[in-house]
Amino acid sequence: MMPALRELWVPMSCPLIIWLLATLIVYQGARLLYGWSGLHPFANPVLTSVTVIIGLLLITDTRYETYFDQVKVLHLLLGPATVALAIPLYGQLRRLRRMLVPLGLAAIVGSATAIVSAVGIGWLLGASPELLLALAPKSTTMPVAIGIAQQTGGLASLTALTVTLTGISGAIMGGAVLSLMRIRDAVVRGFVFGTAAHAIGTAQAFREGEATGAFAALGMGFTGVATALLVPVLVLLLRVQSWTFAAH
Amino acid sequence: MEGGGMLGAFAWLLLFQFAGELVVRGTQLPVPGPVMGMVLLLVALMLRGSAPVNLRATAEGLIQHLMLLVLPSTAGLVLQLDRLTQEWLPLTAAVVGGAVLTIAATALTLRAVLSCPGKPIR
Repeated sequence: MMPALRELWVPMSCPLIIWLLATLIVYQGARLLYGWSGLHPFANPVLTSVTVIIGLLLITDTRYETYFDQVKVLHLLLGPATVALAIPLYGQLRRLRRMLVPLGLAAIVGSATAIVSAVGIGWLLGASPELLLALAPKSTTMPVAIGIAQQTGGLASLTALTVTLTGISGAIMGGAVLSLMRIRDAVVRGFVFGTAAHAIGTAQAFREGEATGAFAALGMGFTGVATALLVPVLVLLLRVQSWTFAAH
Repeated sequence: MEGGGMLGAFAWLLLFQFAGELVVRGTQLPVPGPVMGMVLLLVALMLRGSAPVNLRATAEGLIQHLMLLVLPSTAGLVLQLDRLTQEWLPLTAAVVGGAVLTIAATALTLRAVLSCPGKPIR
Protein backbone atom coordinates (compact mmCIF):
# COMPACT_ATOMS: atom_id res chain seq x y z
CA MET A 1 0.00 0.00 0.00
CA MET A 2 2.62 2.53 1.07
CA PRO A 3 5.00 2.30 -1.94
CA ALA A 4 1.99 2.51 -4.26
CA LEU A 5 0.81 5.58 -2.40
CA ARG A 6 4.22 7.19 -2.64
CA GLU A 7 4.22 6.57 -6.35
CA LEU A 8 1.01 8.57 -6.63
CA TRP A 9 2.82 11.62 -5.31
CA VAL A 10 5.49 11.57 -8.01
CA PRO A 11 4.41 14.65 -9.97
CA MET A 12 4.65 13.14 -13.44
CA SER A 13 2.62 10.01 -12.71
CA CYS A 14 0.09 11.97 -10.70
CA PRO A 15 -3.40 11.14 -11.94
CA LEU A 16 -5.21 14.24 -13.11
CA ILE A 17 -7.93 14.16 -10.50
CA ILE A 18 -5.87 13.57 -7.36
CA TRP A 19 -6.18 17.21 -6.20
CA LEU A 20 -9.87 17.31 -7.00
CA LEU A 21 -10.34 14.19 -4.90
CA ALA A 22 -8.14 15.61 -2.13
CA THR A 23 -10.09 18.89 -2.13
CA LEU A 24 -13.43 17.07 -1.84
CA ILE A 25 -12.16 14.89 1.00
CA VAL A 26 -10.63 17.85 2.84
CA TYR A 27 -13.87 19.82 2.40
CA GLN A 28 -15.98 16.94 3.74
CA GLY A 29 -13.65 16.67 6.73
CA ALA A 30 -13.86 20.43 7.28
CA ARG A 31 -17.68 20.27 7.25
CA LEU A 32 -17.67 17.44 9.78
CA LEU A 33 -15.29 19.39 12.01
CA TYR A 34 -17.50 22.48 11.69
CA GLY A 35 -20.52 20.41 12.78
CA TRP A 36 -18.70 18.80 15.70
CA SER A 37 -17.46 22.19 16.89
CA GLY A 38 -21.08 23.38 17.12
CA LEU A 39 -20.55 25.72 14.12
CA HIS A 40 -17.73 27.56 15.87
CA PRO A 41 -16.65 30.55 13.71
CA PHE A 42 -12.98 29.58 13.80
CA ALA A 43 -13.91 26.15 12.43
CA ASN A 44 -15.20 27.90 9.29
CA PRO A 45 -14.90 25.25 6.54
CA VAL A 46 -13.24 27.65 4.10
CA LEU A 47 -10.55 28.52 6.64
CA THR A 48 -9.84 24.93 7.73
CA SER A 49 -9.99 23.53 4.17
CA VAL A 50 -7.68 26.17 2.75
CA THR A 51 -5.21 25.74 5.62
CA VAL A 52 -5.02 21.99 4.98
CA ILE A 53 -4.85 22.40 1.18
CA ILE A 54 -2.04 24.97 1.40
CA GLY A 55 -0.23 22.67 3.82
CA LEU A 56 -0.57 19.78 1.35
CA LEU A 57 0.63 21.95 -1.55
CA LEU A 58 3.71 23.00 0.42
CA ILE A 59 4.50 19.49 1.69
CA THR A 60 4.20 17.91 -1.75
CA ASP A 61 5.93 20.88 -3.39
CA THR A 62 3.06 21.28 -5.86
CA ARG A 63 2.70 24.49 -7.84
CA TYR A 64 -0.56 26.37 -7.38
CA GLU A 65 -1.06 26.39 -11.16
CA THR A 66 -1.00 22.58 -11.18
CA TYR A 67 -3.48 22.47 -8.31
CA PHE A 68 -5.81 25.03 -9.87
CA ASP A 69 -5.78 23.19 -13.19
CA GLN A 70 -7.12 20.05 -11.53
CA VAL A 71 -9.81 21.73 -9.42
CA LYS A 72 -10.85 24.22 -12.09
CA VAL A 73 -14.19 22.45 -12.47
CA LEU A 74 -15.17 23.60 -8.96
CA HIS A 75 -14.11 27.15 -9.76
CA LEU A 76 -16.15 27.10 -12.99
CA LEU A 77 -19.26 26.05 -11.04
CA LEU A 78 -19.01 29.29 -9.07
CA GLY A 79 -20.55 31.13 -12.05
CA PRO A 80 -23.82 29.12 -12.25
CA ALA A 81 -23.91 29.02 -8.42
CA THR A 82 -23.87 32.83 -8.35
CA VAL A 83 -26.70 32.94 -10.90
CA ALA A 84 -28.58 30.41 -8.75
CA LEU A 85 -28.61 32.93 -5.87
CA ALA A 86 -31.57 34.50 -7.74
CA ILE A 87 -33.80 31.66 -6.51
CA PRO A 88 -33.52 32.34 -2.74
CA LEU A 89 -33.69 36.06 -3.58
CA TYR A 90 -36.92 35.44 -5.45
CA GLY A 91 -38.26 33.76 -2.31
CA GLN A 92 -37.65 37.04 -0.45
CA LEU A 93 -39.16 39.21 -3.18
CA ARG A 94 -41.85 40.84 -1.06
CA ARG A 95 -39.39 41.98 1.59
CA LEU A 96 -36.84 42.87 -1.06
CA ARG A 97 -39.22 45.25 -2.86
CA ARG A 98 -40.04 47.06 0.37
CA MET A 99 -36.41 47.45 1.42
CA LEU A 100 -34.63 48.33 -1.78
CA VAL A 101 -33.80 51.93 -0.78
CA PRO A 102 -32.62 51.12 2.79
CA LEU A 103 -30.49 48.28 1.41
CA GLY A 104 -28.94 50.58 -1.18
CA LEU A 105 -28.13 53.16 1.49
CA ALA A 106 -26.59 50.55 3.77
CA ALA A 107 -24.46 49.24 0.89
CA ILE A 108 -23.10 52.72 0.15
CA VAL A 109 -22.27 53.38 3.84
CA GLY A 110 -20.81 49.87 4.21
CA SER A 111 -18.65 50.12 1.08
CA ALA A 112 -17.38 53.59 2.01
CA THR A 113 -16.53 52.36 5.53
CA ALA A 114 -14.75 49.30 4.13
CA ILE A 115 -12.60 51.35 1.76
CA VAL A 116 -11.75 54.21 4.15
CA SER A 117 -11.14 52.03 7.24
CA ALA A 118 -8.90 49.52 5.47
CA VAL A 119 -6.87 52.13 3.59
CA GLY A 120 -6.74 54.35 6.71
CA ILE A 121 -5.52 51.60 9.05
CA GLY A 122 -3.04 50.36 6.45
CA TRP A 123 -1.68 53.88 5.91
CA LEU A 124 -1.32 54.49 9.67
CA LEU A 125 0.67 51.27 10.04
CA GLY A 126 2.97 52.05 7.14
CA ALA A 127 1.60 49.81 4.40
CA SER A 128 3.29 50.10 1.01
CA PRO A 129 1.41 52.05 -1.72
CA GLU A 130 0.78 48.76 -3.59
CA LEU A 131 -0.84 47.28 -0.48
CA LEU A 132 -3.02 50.39 -0.02
CA LEU A 133 -4.29 50.11 -3.59
CA ALA A 134 -5.00 46.41 -3.01
CA LEU A 135 -6.83 47.10 0.27
CA ALA A 136 -9.29 49.61 -1.22
CA PRO A 137 -11.52 47.18 -3.19
CA LYS A 138 -11.11 44.24 -0.76
CA SER A 139 -14.77 43.90 0.27
CA THR A 140 -16.04 42.97 -3.20
CA THR A 141 -15.93 39.61 -4.93
CA MET A 142 -12.65 38.60 -6.57
CA PRO A 143 -13.45 39.55 -10.20
CA VAL A 144 -14.82 42.98 -9.24
CA ALA A 145 -11.91 43.72 -6.89
CA ILE A 146 -9.31 42.74 -9.46
CA GLY A 147 -11.08 44.83 -12.08
CA ILE A 148 -11.05 47.87 -9.79
CA ALA A 149 -7.41 47.32 -8.81
CA GLN A 150 -6.33 47.17 -12.44
CA GLN A 151 -8.21 50.39 -13.08
CA THR A 152 -6.41 52.20 -10.23
CA GLY A 153 -2.97 50.69 -10.88
CA GLY A 154 -3.00 48.03 -8.14
CA LEU A 155 -1.61 44.49 -8.38
CA ALA A 156 -4.06 41.67 -9.15
CA SER A 157 -2.20 39.07 -7.04
CA LEU A 158 -2.03 41.33 -3.99
CA THR A 159 -5.71 42.22 -4.38
CA ALA A 160 -6.57 38.52 -4.46
CA LEU A 161 -4.82 38.23 -1.09
CA THR A 162 -6.70 41.11 0.58
CA VAL A 163 -10.03 39.91 -0.86
CA THR A 164 -9.51 36.37 0.41
CA LEU A 165 -8.43 37.47 3.88
CA THR A 166 -11.39 39.86 4.08
CA GLY A 167 -13.85 37.11 3.18
CA ILE A 168 -12.41 34.70 5.73
CA SER A 169 -12.15 37.25 8.57
CA GLY A 170 -15.59 38.73 7.85
CA ALA A 171 -17.19 35.28 7.81
CA ILE A 172 -15.44 34.36 11.07
CA MET A 173 -16.17 37.58 12.97
CA GLY A 174 -19.50 38.56 11.39
CA GLY A 175 -21.69 36.38 13.59
CA ALA A 176 -19.90 37.40 16.80
CA VAL A 177 -19.94 41.14 16.08
CA LEU A 178 -23.61 41.06 15.03
CA SER A 179 -24.60 39.08 18.11
CA LEU A 180 -22.63 41.50 20.28
CA MET A 181 -24.67 44.29 18.69
CA ARG A 182 -27.81 42.26 19.49
CA ILE A 183 -28.84 42.13 15.84
CA ARG A 184 -31.02 39.10 15.19
CA ASP A 185 -32.93 40.24 12.10
CA ALA A 186 -32.09 37.85 9.25
CA VAL A 187 -32.26 40.69 6.71
CA VAL A 188 -29.68 42.82 8.52
CA ARG A 189 -27.43 39.89 9.43
CA GLY A 190 -27.44 38.54 5.88
CA PHE A 191 -26.90 41.88 4.21
CA VAL A 192 -23.96 42.62 6.52
CA PHE A 193 -22.34 39.25 5.74
CA GLY A 194 -22.57 39.95 2.01
CA THR A 195 -21.35 43.53 2.30
CA ALA A 196 -18.39 42.84 4.58
CA ALA A 197 -17.30 39.41 3.34
CA HIS A 198 -18.58 38.84 -0.26
CA ALA A 199 -18.94 35.19 -1.39
CA ILE A 200 -17.31 33.61 1.67
CA GLY A 201 -19.59 35.67 3.92
CA THR A 202 -22.58 34.70 1.78
CA ALA A 203 -21.72 31.03 2.13
CA GLN A 204 -21.51 31.54 5.90
CA ALA A 205 -24.85 33.40 5.91
CA PHE A 206 -26.62 30.46 4.21
CA ARG A 207 -25.63 28.40 7.27
CA GLU A 208 -27.92 30.69 9.30
CA GLY A 209 -30.87 30.18 6.96
CA GLU A 210 -32.23 30.83 3.50
CA ALA A 211 -33.43 34.42 4.15
CA THR A 212 -30.07 35.36 5.69
CA GLY A 213 -28.27 33.88 2.69
CA ALA A 214 -30.54 35.59 0.17
CA PHE A 215 -29.89 39.01 1.65
CA ALA A 216 -26.17 38.25 1.82
CA ALA A 217 -26.23 37.61 -1.93
CA LEU A 218 -27.93 40.95 -2.36
CA GLY A 219 -25.40 42.73 -0.13
CA MET A 220 -22.57 41.21 -2.16
CA GLY A 221 -24.06 42.50 -5.43
CA PHE A 222 -24.82 46.00 -4.11
CA THR A 223 -21.36 46.33 -2.56
CA GLY A 224 -19.68 45.38 -5.82
CA VAL A 225 -21.36 48.25 -7.63
CA ALA A 226 -20.91 50.79 -4.80
CA THR A 227 -17.21 49.94 -4.34
CA ALA A 228 -16.52 50.06 -8.06
CA LEU A 229 -17.92 53.59 -8.11
CA LEU A 230 -16.27 54.78 -4.86
CA VAL A 231 -12.70 53.48 -5.11
CA PRO A 232 -11.65 55.40 -8.27
CA VAL A 233 -12.97 58.61 -6.66
CA LEU A 234 -10.94 58.01 -3.49
CA VAL A 235 -7.77 57.18 -5.41
CA LEU A 236 -8.19 60.33 -7.48
CA LEU A 237 -8.66 62.44 -4.32
CA LEU A 238 -5.52 60.97 -2.74
CA ARG A 239 -3.49 61.59 -5.90
CA VAL A 240 -4.65 65.22 -6.09
CA GLN A 241 -3.72 65.66 -2.44
CA SER A 242 -0.25 64.19 -2.85
CA TRP A 243 0.33 66.42 -5.89
CA THR A 244 -0.57 69.51 -3.87
CA PHE A 245 1.80 68.35 -1.11
CA ALA A 246 4.55 67.79 -3.64
CA ALA A 247 3.99 71.24 -5.12
CA HIS A 248 4.53 72.95 -1.77
CA MET B 1 -38.13 26.42 -17.84
CA GLU B 2 -40.02 23.36 -16.58
CA GLY B 3 -38.78 19.86 -17.34
CA GLY B 4 -35.34 18.64 -18.21
CA GLY B 5 -34.52 17.85 -14.58
CA MET B 6 -31.18 18.86 -13.14
CA LEU B 7 -29.38 19.10 -16.47
CA GLY B 8 -32.06 21.32 -17.90
CA ALA B 9 -31.92 23.57 -14.85
CA PHE B 10 -28.14 23.70 -15.10
CA ALA B 11 -28.36 24.72 -18.75
CA TRP B 12 -30.71 27.55 -17.76
CA LEU B 13 -28.24 28.78 -15.12
CA LEU B 14 -25.42 28.75 -17.69
CA LEU B 15 -27.63 30.53 -20.21
CA PHE B 16 -28.37 33.32 -17.73
CA GLN B 17 -24.68 33.55 -16.83
CA PHE B 18 -23.88 33.92 -20.51
CA ALA B 19 -26.58 36.57 -20.94
CA GLY B 20 -25.15 38.36 -17.88
CA GLU B 21 -21.66 38.37 -19.41
CA LEU B 22 -23.08 39.81 -22.63
CA VAL B 23 -24.94 42.58 -20.79
CA VAL B 24 -21.84 43.48 -18.75
CA ARG B 25 -19.66 43.63 -21.89
CA GLY B 26 -22.26 45.73 -23.67
CA THR B 27 -22.90 48.20 -20.85
CA GLN B 28 -19.40 48.29 -19.27
CA LEU B 29 -21.09 48.08 -15.84
CA PRO B 30 -18.65 47.31 -12.99
CA VAL B 31 -20.33 43.99 -12.06
CA PRO B 32 -19.15 40.43 -12.80
CA GLY B 33 -21.16 38.58 -15.46
CA PRO B 34 -22.58 35.95 -13.07
CA VAL B 35 -23.91 38.66 -10.72
CA MET B 36 -25.65 40.30 -13.68
CA GLY B 37 -26.94 36.83 -14.63
CA MET B 38 -28.41 36.56 -11.11
CA VAL B 39 -30.26 39.86 -11.63
CA LEU B 40 -31.53 38.74 -15.05
CA LEU B 41 -32.75 35.40 -13.63
CA LEU B 42 -34.49 37.23 -10.78
CA VAL B 43 -36.30 39.42 -13.33
CA ALA B 44 -37.22 36.34 -15.40
CA LEU B 45 -38.65 34.60 -12.30
CA MET B 46 -40.65 37.74 -11.46
CA LEU B 47 -42.10 37.81 -14.98
CA ARG B 48 -42.85 34.08 -14.82
CA GLY B 49 -44.46 34.35 -11.39
CA SER B 50 -42.85 31.25 -9.83
CA ALA B 51 -39.59 29.31 -9.63
CA PRO B 52 -39.62 25.89 -11.39
CA VAL B 53 -39.09 22.90 -9.08
CA ASN B 54 -36.06 21.52 -10.92
CA LEU B 55 -34.37 24.93 -10.90
CA ARG B 56 -35.02 25.27 -7.16
CA ALA B 57 -33.51 21.85 -6.44
CA THR B 58 -30.41 22.49 -8.58
CA ALA B 59 -29.90 25.95 -7.09
CA GLU B 60 -30.17 24.56 -3.58
CA GLY B 61 -27.53 21.93 -4.33
CA LEU B 62 -25.09 24.49 -5.72
CA ILE B 63 -25.65 27.06 -2.98
CA GLN B 64 -25.30 24.47 -0.24
CA HIS B 65 -21.71 23.93 -1.37
CA LEU B 66 -20.75 27.52 -2.11
CA MET B 67 -17.85 27.13 0.32
CA LEU B 68 -16.42 24.24 -1.72
CA LEU B 69 -16.61 26.31 -4.89
CA VAL B 70 -14.54 29.19 -3.49
CA LEU B 71 -11.69 26.85 -2.43
CA PRO B 72 -9.72 26.82 -5.74
CA SER B 73 -9.34 30.61 -5.83
CA THR B 74 -8.92 30.93 -2.06
CA ALA B 75 -6.03 28.44 -2.10
CA GLY B 76 -4.24 31.05 -4.26
CA LEU B 77 -3.18 32.48 -0.88
CA VAL B 78 -0.24 30.08 -1.19
CA LEU B 79 1.26 32.38 -3.86
CA GLN B 80 1.18 35.33 -1.46
CA LEU B 81 2.81 33.83 1.64
CA ASP B 82 5.91 36.06 1.16
CA ARG B 83 3.84 39.22 1.03
CA LEU B 84 1.85 37.98 4.01
CA THR B 85 4.98 37.71 6.17
CA GLN B 86 6.49 40.96 4.84
CA GLU B 87 3.55 43.25 5.56
CA TRP B 88 1.61 41.13 8.04
CA LEU B 89 0.86 43.90 10.52
CA PRO B 90 -0.73 46.58 8.29
CA LEU B 91 -2.37 43.80 6.26
CA THR B 92 -4.05 41.93 9.11
CA ALA B 93 -4.89 45.10 11.03
CA ALA B 94 -6.50 46.68 7.96
CA VAL B 95 -8.39 43.52 7.04
CA VAL B 96 -9.60 42.63 10.54
CA GLY B 97 -10.18 46.21 11.74
CA GLY B 98 -11.80 47.11 8.44
CA ALA B 99 -14.10 44.10 8.62
CA VAL B 100 -15.29 44.93 12.16
CA LEU B 101 -15.93 48.58 11.27
CA THR B 102 -17.70 47.62 8.03
CA ILE B 103 -19.92 45.10 9.82
CA ALA B 104 -20.83 47.63 12.50
CA ALA B 105 -21.43 50.55 10.10
CA THR B 106 -23.56 48.51 7.69
CA ALA B 107 -25.61 46.93 10.48
CA LEU B 108 -26.23 50.25 12.26
CA THR B 109 -27.21 52.03 9.03
CA LEU B 110 -29.56 49.30 7.88
CA ARG B 111 -31.18 48.95 11.30
CA ALA B 112 -31.64 52.71 11.60
CA VAL B 113 -33.15 53.11 8.12
CA LEU B 114 -35.38 50.05 8.43
CA SER B 115 -36.79 51.07 11.82
CA CYS B 116 -37.44 54.65 10.73
CA PRO B 117 -41.28 54.74 10.80
CA GLY B 118 -41.68 58.35 9.65
CA LYS B 119 -40.34 57.88 6.16
CA PRO B 120 -42.24 55.77 3.68
CA ILE B 121 -39.88 52.99 2.59
CA ARG B 122 -39.93 52.70 -1.14
